Amino acid sequence: MNTFYFIAFLSIFFSILVITAKNPVHSILYLILTFFTFTIHYILLNAQFLAIVNFIVYMGAILVLFLYTLMLINLNKESEPAKSNLVKIAGVIGGCCFLVTIIASIKALGASPAVVLKDPSLGLVKNLGKVLFNEYLLPFEISSVLLLSAMVGAVLLATKEPKTT
Amino acid sequence: MENIANTIQTIPLNEYILLSSIIFSIGVIGVLIRRNAIVIFMSVELMLNSVNLLLTAFSVYHGDASGQVFVFFIMALAAAEVAVGLAIIVMIYRNTNSIDINVLNRLKW
Repeated sequence: MNTFYFIAFLSIFFSILVITAKNPVHSILYLILTFFTFTIHYILLNAQFLAIVNFIVYMGAILVLFLYTLMLINLNKESEPAKSNLVKIAGVIGGCCFLVTIIASIKALGASPAVVLKDPSLGLVKNLGKVLFNEYLLPFEISSVLLLSAMVGAVLLATKEPKTT
Repeated sequence: MENIANTIQTIPLNEYILLSSIIFSIGVIGVLIRRNAIVIFMSVELMLNSVNLLLTAFSVYHGDASGQVFVFFIMALAAAEVAVGLAIIVMIYRNTNSIDINVLNRLKW
């Protein structure tokens, strides 16, 4: 029980650091730490497949892609111009209003029962693989088409276009 | 493994909803107050991840594996989205020599 609250505190702390860090590289490093705490959350929920996939896909692929793009875009020569304080305050107030609305609606629901792990093998690779390849075979195949189109689109966008204009 | 399964049983579902909504709100605030396009993109990733965590918690709560399969699909979608989005950011940088989003307020060159 205490483990959950400690990890939840770390998640919130690092995600606040992500949006307040001045240097974008520091932001990305804090985002890696945030995703690591999310992996620990998945392990606590006994969703081991998702923990491993989160570790590999997010921390291994996506954040390396972010770091690589930031390396290509040389940001050192000019620092990010800050938004005016009025816009910042308005943004924070808007986000907090959103949060307060959700919290109030949760409070209106009353106390909830605890998360009980009914089936301990629910999140294991064997069980999820059976569900994925029996019930969700067609979406799985379609997601491969999605990944292919995303790859083609990224290559098409990032290559330098010929001098036509 | 039994130890982990026993650890989780004492946490109410509301705590997970609360944690996910706090992180989602932090992502929203990050989108609103930053001007760097890459940091805005990272805030969007933060929002996606909080939704993933909530889906997993509900899936465990109801004992249904479909929620975790859906999270798997969201992760595949996020990978595709990041590839295309970062390509667009690189293209914007090549055209305007900046990734400040205020340069793009007219959306044409």
